[in-house]
Amino acid sequence: MTQAVKILYCRCAYAKVIAPEVKDEVLQRLTQSGVPFEAVPDLCEMSARRDPALKRLAAEDGIKITACYPRAVRWLFSAAQAPLPKDTVDILNMRVDSAAAIAGRLVQEHSKGEESS
Amino acid sequence: MITPKPPLQIGLYQNGGHRPLGGGREYDLTRKLLDKGYAVSVIRSDSQIGKIREGAWLLLGCFGKEGPLPSVGNGNGAKLYFRDIDGLETSQILEAVEQVRGETELPDPGGWKPWFPVIDYNRCTNCMQCLSFCLFDVYGVHEDKIQVQNESNCKTDCPACSRVCPEVAILFPKYKSGPINGDVVRQEDIQREAMKVDISALLGGDLYGSLRQRQTEARQRFSTERDESRALLERKKCLRKLKKDFDIPDEVLMSLPSAGDIQERAERAKAKLAARQERSQTVRDTRPAPTEDDWGI
Ligand code: SF4
Ligand code: SF4
Repeated sequence: MTQAVKILYCRCAYAKVIAPEVKDEVLQRLTQSGVPFEAVPDLCEMSARRDPALKRLAAEDGIKITACYPRAVRWLFSAAQAPLPKDTVDILNMRVDSAAAIAGRLVQEHSKGEESS
Repeated sequence: MITPKPPLQIGLYQNGGHRPLGGGREYDLTRKLLDKGYAVSVIRSDSQIGKIREGAWLLLGCFGKEGPLPSVGNGNGAKLYFRDIDGLETSQILEAVEQVRGETELPDPGGWKPWFPVIDYNRCTNCMQCLSFCLFDVYGVHEDKIQVQNESNCKTDCPACSRVCPEVAILFPKYKSGPINGDVVRQEDIQREAMKVDISALLGGDLYGSLRQRQTEARQRFSTERDESRALLERKKCLRKLKKDFDIPDEVLMSLPSAGDIQERAERAKAKLAARQERSQTVRDTRPAPTEDDWGI
């Protein structure tokens, strides 16, 4: 069974653009699910710092990112010289989607991956 | 670029018998660490630790008598620290984290609201309008390509440069509305007047024009009425309007250079770009490529 980190959660710590109840509920469901995941305070801040962790995360095959608009997330990774692959990344938007839908997709997809590996 | 040194990363070791926290406490601790600015990896297998390759990591877990994970080496270039958190309250765990960070002399995480432009290169045409426009040297050029180089120079909550980009290619991910926040760009967005503001119209025309006109009007009223508070009010009204129309913070409005300065800056950038392009097209030109200093921008 592989347990690579394939879920990235962005807390959007320094702005109020994501409803607190959405980001809290997604995080709560992730911690309760028993799946491994990586949570970062703020992807924008990491991009500005060219954090090397972004390269590692971008190289994760089939990573799922829960943050904000996919176009913003993609270009933030690119700006840090860590471009995300075109087709194998799933970016979920906590600015528009519900916590239940996002967490469901993250956890369910992860379990499917685990079964097939 | 901000600080190149990544902060201390936290690994919450929640694997089998080493699982010290239930879901509720795991959530509480993760949330508190995130809000303090730490990145947290919730680790559920040793193979995940084997994949750590960079930075300094503090692994929190219940490691028992054998000590912390004897199977885990430190051969991947990362520096690993371990703390046993068996029986500790959340507040004590947070204290332990701060203590280790102090020992590592790594920077205090957080403290800066990351507000800066991000370029969508699928849309950008490298026209350099943003470079000419920005007064705070946020933009630069690398190998003839526009780049965001000094993120921390950007004025918090000011999205003004995204308004001058004719291609709607500049994002501010933390902006309130689309398409500047990264939402898809629709045809209406491109057509919208605000998105097609020409630099000279914005700074040389509309903005300065309206400032000047309102100031003149205010002055005239002033001289007859000699009412200073009224003039102050007028100025405030004018700034409020500009702030509303372009979403530009007062701080930026107050530090705008003259329209002439802006025009001159734009001309200089354009001339340098043209010269650079001409040189690169000259086959016999053996001069080294100019550096950013040569550009003077
Ligand atoms: S990537 Fe999006 S969700 Fe994450 S910090 Fe930036 S704006 Fe917020
Ligand atoms: S103004 Fe827009 S299109 Fe022009 S260089 Fe800047 S980002 Fe690119």
